[in-house]
Amino acid sequence: MRIKCPLCGERDRREFYYVGDAVLIERPDAEAGDQVWDDYLHNRDNPAGITRDLWQHEGGCGAWIVVSRNTVTHETLGVELAEARARKIGRGAS
Amino acid sequence: MRFSGLRVLKEGLGGNKGWQAQWRDAQPKPGYDMIIIGGGGHGLSTAYYLARNHGITNIAVLEKGYLGGGNVGRNTTIVRANYFLPGNSEFYSHSLKLWEGLEEDLNYNVMHSQRGLINLFHSDGQRDAFVRRGNAMVNQGDDAVLLDRDGVRKHLPYLDFEQTRFPIYGGLYHPRGGTARHDAVAWGYARGASERGVDLIQNCEVTGIDIANGVVRGVQTTKGPIKAGKVGIVVAGRSGQVAAMAARRIPVESHVLQAFVTEGLKPVIDHVVSFGMGHFYISQSDKGGLVFGGDLDFYASYASRGNLPMVEHVMEAGMTLMPMIGKAKVLRSWGGIMDMTPDGSPIIDKMDGVEGLYIDCGWNYGGFKAVPASGWCMAHLMATNTPHEVAERFRLDRFRTGINLMDEEGTGAQHNLH
Repeated sequence: MRIKCPLCGERDRREFYYVGDAVLIERPDAEAGDQVWDDYLHNRDNPAGITRDLWQHEGGCGAWIVVSRNTVTHETLGVELAEARARKIGRGAS
Repeated sequence: MRFSGLRVLKEGLGGNKGWQAQWRDAQPKPGYDMIIIGGGGHGLSTAYYLARNHGITNIAVLEKGYLGGGNVGRNTTIVRANYFLPGNSEFYSHSLKLWEGLEEDLNYNVMHSQRGLINLFHSDGQRDAFVRRGNAMVNQGDDAVLLDRDGVRKHLPYLDFEQTRFPIYGGLYHPRGGTARHDAVAWGYARGASERGVDLIQNCEVTGIDIANGVVRGVQTTKGPIKAGKVGIVVAGRSGQVAAMAARRIPVESHVLQAFVTEGLKPVIDHVVSFGMGHFYISQSDKGGLVFGGDLDFYASYASRGNLPMVEHVMEAGMTLMPMIGKAKVLRSWGGIMDMTPDGSPIIDKMDGVEGLYIDCGWNYGGFKAVPASGWCMAHLMATNTPHEVAERFRLDRFRTGINLMDEEGTGAQHNLH
């Protein structure tokens, strides 16, 4: 599996650290309650098909990236900076 | 049909013409008391123990492929009870006791071989952790023996003791640990369940779960709708998709775990051995192949195959520990779909908010050894609506409450850490 870092270009999967479902950048409000936080931290759609994961280009530029990927074929479909993704969903960098 | 030495002799003399199919290839009836979704090890053992322990035989097991065609037919076959934390400890202890009586109970040769398991350690810190684990195992009533370097050398003279990078300090020896023939476990449970009247229905994929007013009514399948009073979801890596049919999200992320088999060799590795520094474990099958594996690939996957970095890592770990296997040719490798939970421990629970719906999942990379006790406890839960005492901590809501998280590795109850 190869991943195309938006800053460095296509690199081997070994340069990247996998964090999990990109839902992690959609952090709920601190007072949202235990059900919402449980859902955010633990429960997952876990799709067999297209998913969005959060990775870090640990062995490269260090950027946090969101990778669209097919979990059945391991095909990567698109990559964007996590920061760009966060702005898109209304969570500016603080 | 019972198996016995006499029967084998008789059939041998008669041209082996008297053997029959070991289970009925059933077609679905309009309704059942209970439906188990998933005909793998855990689903089949659940059905078997529902019939055997609770006298409930109007059951169907629905399998989308063929019986035992998933993880129970593709794993490294290790059976052990060397867990540390309350919750896991009593459960796996119960499971090992069931393993020890399984062949007699099922009248089926599952080739359970208690050849002993040795977990190696390579630093003072690892030794302390294994001393503590060993004490927990002994307190649970199971067996654990701390071996020093010479003790390990007596059992495993072929390891690379001379290396300086990962020196072998000793090992925790679990004599009752070992292996079993994985397919035979599925077949034995299937035969036992079928004999007691359970319908085993293959090529029958569940496409929906019928729920009315918060009560489960049955399932939709590729062979039509089937009514049921209670439904158990026992589908390992596919738990997320099946739970979604009941509009539930569960704390499971599916990952790929690879394993490898070499060509058949003469007997060379007598135990199950695990390397404490490289996440590598190995045993030798009765056919002679070296069966070994390592860690997850560490990304969500349903591909049933992994990537090369982990292949390389596993081979390197094996060569570091026992260079003698370097010339063995790897015959095949495969990737299983693991239902990973945040704390690395399983779930056997009612599905909150839907009466009559139960789930048994989250076996991570260790489901095979759990097959007997998982079925035993899931059957108890479905029959009595109360958790079995050795599985009462396997709750679905422990991640929300934070109570009784069972994080054996001590790395944290978070998805990418197990």
